[in-house]
Amino acid sequence: MILLVLILILFFAALLSWIVGVKSHAGSRWIALCSLLLNLGIVTGVWVNHPAGTGRWWYQYRVDWVPHFGISLHLAMDGLSMLMLALTFFLGALSVLISWKEINSRVGFFHFNLLFVLCGITGVFLTMDLFLFYFFWEMMLIPMYFLIGIWGHEHREYAANKFFLFTQAGGLLMLLAILGLYFVHAANTNVYTFDYFDLLNTPMDPAMARWLMLGFLVAFLVKLPAVPFHTWLPDAHTEAPTAGSVVLAGLLLKTGAYGILRFVLPLFPAAAADIAPVAMLLGVIGILYGGMLAYAQTDFKRLIAYTSVSHMGFVLLGAFAFNEIAYQGVVMQMITHGISTGALFIIAGALYERIHTRNIRQMGGLWLRLPMMGSAAMIFVMASLGLPGLGNFVAEFLVLLGSWQANHLLTVLATIGLVVATAYSLRIMQKVFFGPCDRQYNMPDLSGRELVIIIALVIVICWLGFHPQPVLNTSQQNIDYVVR
Amino acid sequence: MFPALIPLIPFVSALLLMLGWKRLSRIAVTVIGCGSIGLSAFVAVLIAIQFAAGGEQAIVQHAGNWVEAGGFKTGFDLRMDALSVVFVGVITIVGFLIHVYASGYMHEEPDYARFFACMNLFVGAMLTLVMADNLLLLYFGWEGVGLCSYLLIGFWYKDPANNYAARKAFIVTRVGDTAMAIALFMLFQFTGTLRIPEILQSSTHIWSKGDPVITWIALLLLGGAVGKSAQLPLQTWLPDAMAGPTPVSALIHAATMVTAGVYLIARTHTLFELAPDAQITTAVIGAITLVLAGFSALVQTDIKRVLAYSTVSQIGYMFLALGCGAWSAAVFHFVTHAFFKALLFMAAGAVIVALHHEQDLFKMGGLKKQLKGIYWVFLVGCASLAAIPFVTAGFYSKDQIIWLSLSAAGGHTAFWLAALLGALLTGMYTFRLFFLVFYGDLKTHVHHRPGNSMMIPLYILALLSTIAGFIELPHTLGHVTLFSNWLLPVLPAVSVLHDSVAMEWTSQALSAVLALSGIGVAYAWVVWRPKGMSDFLEMPALLWLRGFWSRGWDFDKLYNILLVYPFVYLSRMNKKDLIDKLYTSLAALMQWCHNVLARTQSGLLRWYILGVVLGAVAILSVLIWRIYI
Repeated sequence: MILLVLILILFFAALLSWIVGVKSHAGSRWIALCSLLLNLGIVTGVWVNHPAGTGRWWYQYRVDWVPHFGISLHLAMDGLSMLMLALTFFLGALSVLISWKEINSRVGFFHFNLLFVLCGITGVFLTMDLFLFYFFWEMMLIPMYFLIGIWGHEHREYAANKFFLFTQAGGLLMLLAILGLYFVHAANTNVYTFDYFDLLNTPMDPAMARWLMLGFLVAFLVKLPAVPFHTWLPDAHTEAPTAGSVVLAGLLLKTGAYGILRFVLPLFPAAAADIAPVAMLLGVIGILYGGMLAYAQTDFKRLIAYTSVSHMGFVLLGAFAFNEIAYQGVVMQMITHGISTGALFIIAGALYERIHTRNIRQMGGLWLRLPMMGSAAMIFVMASLGLPGLGNFVAEFLVLLGSWQANHLLTVLATIGLVVATAYSLRIMQKVFFGPCDRQYNMPDLSGRELVIIIALVIVICWLGFHPQPVLNTSQQNIDYVVR
Repeated sequence: MFPALIPLIPFVSALLLMLGWKRLSRIAVTVIGCGSIGLSAFVAVLIAIQFAAGGEQAIVQHAGNWVEAGGFKTGFDLRMDALSVVFVGVITIVGFLIHVYASGYMHEEPDYARFFACMNLFVGAMLTLVMADNLLLLYFGWEGVGLCSYLLIGFWYKDPANNYAARKAFIVTRVGDTAMAIALFMLFQFTGTLRIPEILQSSTHIWSKGDPVITWIALLLLGGAVGKSAQLPLQTWLPDAMAGPTPVSALIHAATMVTAGVYLIARTHTLFELAPDAQITTAVIGAITLVLAGFSALVQTDIKRVLAYSTVSQIGYMFLALGCGAWSAAVFHFVTHAFFKALLFMAAGAVIVALHHEQDLFKMGGLKKQLKGIYWVFLVGCASLAAIPFVTAGFYSKDQIIWLSLSAAGGHTAFWLAALLGALLTGMYTFRLFFLVFYGDLKTHVHHRPGNSMMIPLYILALLSTIAGFIELPHTLGHVTLFSNWLLPVLPAVSVLHDSVAMEWTSQALSAVLALSGIGVAYAWVVWRPKGMSDFLEMPALLWLRGFWSRGWDFDKLYNILLVYPFVYLSRMNKKDLIDKLYTSLAALMQWCHNVLARTQSGLLRWYILGVVLGAVAILSVLIWRIYI
């Protein structure tokens, strides 16, 4: 029941903040913020006192929806879902805060869309019915399209359309694969069901399994994104408003990673193992190619966007390494990348509000005026290049340590990615905050609201770097199910 | 006493300075910045005494778990044993002196708190590095010192050249770190742990001598070491790192961080003993580096760059010693080098400040009378670096390496010759620098004399640079082995093959004569016959050679052509992402088809009739063709 409540809170808060937003902008913002904080509180509470000894699934909720077709409202939460939800509500609350001053037109509708995306994401992380999963998967898409298309920067329509088309194409393949799996299962067992637990261990011949697996995989690879399906990402991230970029990089990409861990690997273990070298190769290409693209960019947000391609390559590499260490690293990477990249987008957004440009060639020497923002950027730049003591290091080290057991050559190449990461990360600091200050910008350093956001992010990334054990223990419970 | 306190105190003080950068007064910053290192040194001494009295192998403290996943487990485990005591002692004591000096040197700096925050962060990370009981924690310290090095080289961030140097240092050392990370993956794969004692213990069971796997591991660890310690082929970053403030050069780029590679190899010496090929590689790298850097030091015109190349060269000696299996000799040279090189850097800093931030050697001169105190400490430092016999610490530590490079089991005549050539070069470049600064005509007016906070650390280091040698004397001269005995529980004694007193005397005499003749050449070159020498040096062939040496044998150019330019060029070319072209051309193709088809809908009846007729003809043709042929 509590799982349904999480979704419903966001759903009704979305409607309410739209309605209130017509009269009062502040009211709309507060409703959005409070609903997300409430959800964050619920999830944290669940994490701290989750029922011990109930095994892998902490909560289940199941109501028949269309029994005739085997569709049910089936929600379930395990450690992985819990971690993803905590990340969702944390970054969601920060997204509301960061938009406090940035968004001034159609405020109510903005928060409606923001909460609706988050509602869809919550659904994706909780659903154990494939039909419902597809429903939520598409539900994330449309409000995101509006967020980019209405409140974005200059090329927002192009970016929004591109984002929509890519994700929709991927989603279509997934729909076909879901239906295929549904009928294959029915043909073999005479039971028509979309239920995840029933569909696990569906007997099917390897060729069929491969095609169905590919249908799912491609949808998730587009979302992840993996090279060569990544080209929607830089446009969408760059053109979206700050909150949109944070949600995209921090959460939407994670639904792709989550899909691989939750569906591709458990539903088609053999087919996934067959394709593992290719998938790992794609991951490594993403790490190096994304890093190289990031190095060349002059648009601050575009640069950060390409670093996401690079970092999500580690997720793909680790997910297909098929061992516990790499898998733990993948879950860590999903969280830490959400935090560190989200923070960098927030910094880019705060900077844009002050100097009205994203071109790093027009920046330089900003440390002089913005020492606090510069320090914050330094921390997250270091996180992004994998400095020990910050969460990303734990994630990337575990991924590499695990994938070394699976494939030496690819791991060596991925490790070289750390050098590329150093190159593009330090370029950010050098071009933006260091160097001579040509222009006389007169601008305030971080405001109180921004400081709260940044400090929250810094605390989390350091906590994950020094004491990642709670997260690792939480995600550890799924491993037996994923790694066979 | 908890060993964890030693790195924790600098970390906490760094955090305090970062949070209170706006509110803390200068005095408060000085007290926190220097006091914390002093306190850390005090705790270190207490623990060292406790350790020495206790007679245990090591004091280990488990200060919490770090990462535990799928059979991989590491914690914040700190270890004090004979080797870490030596390193911790040098880091905290030399670090404290440099901090005190820095409080005078950086007095007028507006970003005073940021400077000390970074310096303390560095000391904390460095202490973690040398006290780590597992390789992941060592890696934590290893990367942490890299970060601080980056932050401090680029401390004066407004000058893009400094940022460039900082970035170069970080990226080049990261190349080595990557190799080291792969070594960690391999070690974990085979031993199932990253705890250093367990790895060393199980390594002899797992691998036989010369096993390719252990050779790879040792070579990859060596890759990490050469990156951090600025040895061939990753030495290019250190001379540029001199862009940082001088106390930084003294602390990070001379005394402590750059010797992390020496520490790593000494710490994992069991693995290197199992991999003779890797050990020989270490010695070869050391020998080549010490000679190449010696030549480069000879022709620099910037006072700090002379010292930087000299650091590269002296660490080359340490690597040579490690490669020959003379573990404690390498660590001994680390200790004396830390003293006299910190002294030289800080004395050079005092000269630079005195001359209003002038670093060009040829704009200095005649300072002997002007800067009396500096002159004497500088002389002590130079004498120790050049290894003047009997009275300097540098003589005893370097002489040991030179002799062992011939006589040790891993030694070779070629190593010995390289080490001797290095001794000659060291004498030459050291005293060329010394004479250029203090003799000749006064070229720049002295405008600022160093205060007590800068001079007292120099006197202490001058003392240490002299007496530190007497803890280990060759058996031709007194035979004291306090230092190597101390390290014996961790580092095995060197096995000497040619144990001949006559040969040892010859080697010592030769190295002493070479060092002194190096000084003689420098005297002739700079003081006695500067005119004749400069005519000789202006010869075109020599001019080119000098330029070549002064550019560090053009390694930068080589790497730029091989790696940097291609990477930058490729990434610039592909800025718009070739793969995206695929999708945009697909969209363009659709658009084109749309345009073509749209034009057929022209509203002109005759075109439609023509279309219908042509279609009918085509269909009929096909039918007829199908039926009759």
